[in-house]
Amino acid sequence: MTLTESPAAPAPSSQRLTTAKAMVQGLELEMARDDSVIYLGEDVGSYGGIFSSTTGLLDRFGPERVIDTPISETAFIGLGIGAAVEGLRPVVELMFADFMGVCLDQIYNHMAKIHYESGGNVKVPMVLTTAVGGGYSDGAQHSQCLWGTFGHLPGMKVVVPSNPYDAKGLIISAVRDDNPVVYMFHKGVMGLPWMAKNPRSMGEVPAGDYTVPIGEASVVREGTDVTVVTLSLSVHHALDVADKLAEDGVETEVIDLRSVVPLDRRAILASVGKTGRLVVVDEDYLSYGLSGEVVATIADEDPGLLRAPVARVANPDVPIPYSRPLEYAVLPRPERIEAAIRKVVGA
Amino acid sequence: MTTQAPGRPTPPEQRPPEQPGLPHTPDDETRLGLYRTMVLIRTYEEAILREYHVDKGPGFDIGKGLIPGEMHLSAGQEPVAAGVCAHLSTGDAVTATHRPHHLAIAHGVDMNRMTAEIFGRETGLGRGRGGHMHLFDPDVHFSCSGIIAEGYPPALGQAFAFRRKGTDRIAVAVTGEGAANQGAFHESLNLAVLWNLPVVFVVEDNDWGISVPRSVSTCVPSNATRAEAYGMPAERIEDNAVEAIYDAAGRAVERARQGRGPSLLEIHTLRMWGHFEGDAQAYRVDLTDVPGRDPIPTYERTLKAAGLLDDEAVSNIKAEAATRVEEAVTFAKDSLLPDPADAGKYVFA
Ligand SMILES: Cc1ncc(C[n+]2csc(CCOP(=O)(O)OP(=O)(O)O)c2C)c(N)n1
Repeated sequence: MTLTESPAAPAPSSQRLTTAKAMVQGLELEMARDDSVIYLGEDVGSYGGIFSSTTGLLDRFGPERVIDTPISETAFIGLGIGAAVEGLRPVVELMFADFMGVCLDQIYNHMAKIHYESGGNVKVPMVLTTAVGGGYSDGAQHSQCLWGTFGHLPGMKVVVPSNPYDAKGLIISAVRDDNPVVYMFHKGVMGLPWMAKNPRSMGEVPAGDYTVPIGEASVVREGTDVTVVTLSLSVHHALDVADKLAEDGVETEVIDLRSVVPLDRRAILASVGKTGRLVVVDEDYLSYGLSGEVVATIADEDPGLLRAPVARVANPDVPIPYSRPLEYAVLPRPERIEAAIRKVVGA
Repeated sequence: MTTQAPGRPTPPEQRPPEQPGLPHTPDDETRLGLYRTMVLIRTYEEAILREYHVDKGPGFDIGKGLIPGEMHLSAGQEPVAAGVCAHLSTGDAVTATHRPHHLAIAHGVDMNRMTAEIFGRETGLGRGRGGHMHLFDPDVHFSCSGIIAEGYPPALGQAFAFRRKGTDRIAVAVTGEGAANQGAFHESLNLAVLWNLPVVFVVEDNDWGISVPRSVSTCVPSNATRAEAYGMPAERIEDNAVEAIYDAAGRAVERARQGRGPSLLEIHTLRMWGHFEGDAQAYRVDLTDVPGRDPIPTYERTLKAAGLLDDEAVSNIKAEAATRVEEAVTFAKDSLLPDPADAGKYVFA
């Protein structure tokens, strides 16, 4: 391209962004496009979100649309519900998913059930954003994932991006969805300057507006020997482990679920149909949760797909300990993932 | 002394008539004690600050170092802990928040084991399972929680149990001003009055809930107004004034011990440092005032003017505090980390 051919510099078609910045960019596009989108939560204004989920939004859209709330989760999440019912598209932040305890009624008895109870006559087009995950010694009340709990309760979609591209595409899809969508971002994938990060928390993101469909998993690495079904920060670990195992000739397929509700069962079945072996890696609690649901998908549809027993790498039903060696023992750290894959493939 | 059968709520009409409590004026020894407690707390927080930042680099990684995770320090809030806990015995309960160290120290929590917990060691109060927001010392009935306002309801239960056992022990429940907009705060105030429970509610108003100033979060200038609406005596104490806190807490504690029910104190205090370590405080419009509002030099001047302290006494008190604190830090650092194989231990009794 020469100067004469291009009088105006073209807008960049993509940029390298952290997951946090990609999420904010998605919000920014939606807020610019649709005046009914507002963002509420604790420290989302001048602080820009404790985990940088709203950096710059206050400056661009002002305090009428980017609103710091009191520490009153029941009231402001409920307010989001009411505003959504009346036609706004609120995005409401619950600072840590762990704090669901103080406001769960608004979430699961109201946000999630109103559409059904009204026979489909009342829509609640709201997004509940929330930070999840551990690995930095924040203790038992600030480190949980809890997507299995949200997923268990009917009526809300649940999305969990692991990288910048999906973070932007999923927040845009979530805002446009006519259902309540819980958008769960792991602190460890946000690319925060003050937390350990995997290079995968930074990536190429198209500058314009695009969506990632809710309910569609993505095959983030192809392989033939074993399928790892996972999500969120564990995707980063699983990919690192897969690279390492490839040196030993083990070809691991890694599926990033991206959505917990709806769950992309077809993607799970297709991959396990190919590899015959399944490892589920889930940072949430082991029992009654996502990992069991993934395994049940195979058992329900076609247990004959499996050539070996499955392995689940999850939190062994222990409150997340504070002390680092204890915390690392219960989290799906790369060592545990590697051991599980080796066991399943017999390597 | 209880005024009714243990554990049974007293209907409002059967309660003894309200009498204003007599002032609690600290004597000389008590005044020096308040000062010593404040110095001990500050010395402790400065030591934790120093240790927290060891090995956090390059840059600042919250998960690294000898003390990982969030760290909420209480420098500036010493007068609350000193003034309130001076009236308590170790049989009384204290429930604190995510910012608990000052109250733990003033209430006599074992400093070595508390420090070991903050360092994540097996010798810690919670054997490394809890961490700095989850300190439990049953010997002195101390606990804290990282969930805003959620320390209030359990304090009601401790008070209920103390009364049912026929004792005159009380529970002190502490939160920040940000917590007073949470449902648990309001439910607790109502129930405490309804059942005439021996509780003292304390609200530490340090002007900020992380980055949100009180004026943006709270519809009333004083939480005493809210407490009065629930039918309990309440007062707001300005200027982080330790002797005024001591006085008000003395009356509230006495009232609770005598079976006359709960009270609330809101104390206008000061968060000298960030919400947590690593908080750049770009939102903070009042930072230039902070050094001038430091309560420790202020009280030091008062006691010097009263002839109770001189430079030598001050340096002795500070040296004693440093010795005590460094002993705790050494105990923590010399202790073992927990065995990862035991991560699942203590989920159930
Ligand atoms: C239910 C709940 N919501 C939000 C938080 C996150 N959070 C931790 S501390 C804090 C501010 C608390 O302010 P305040 O009660 O005034 O206490 P301070 O930090 O000033 O001591 C917030 C919002 C939490 N821990 N629990």
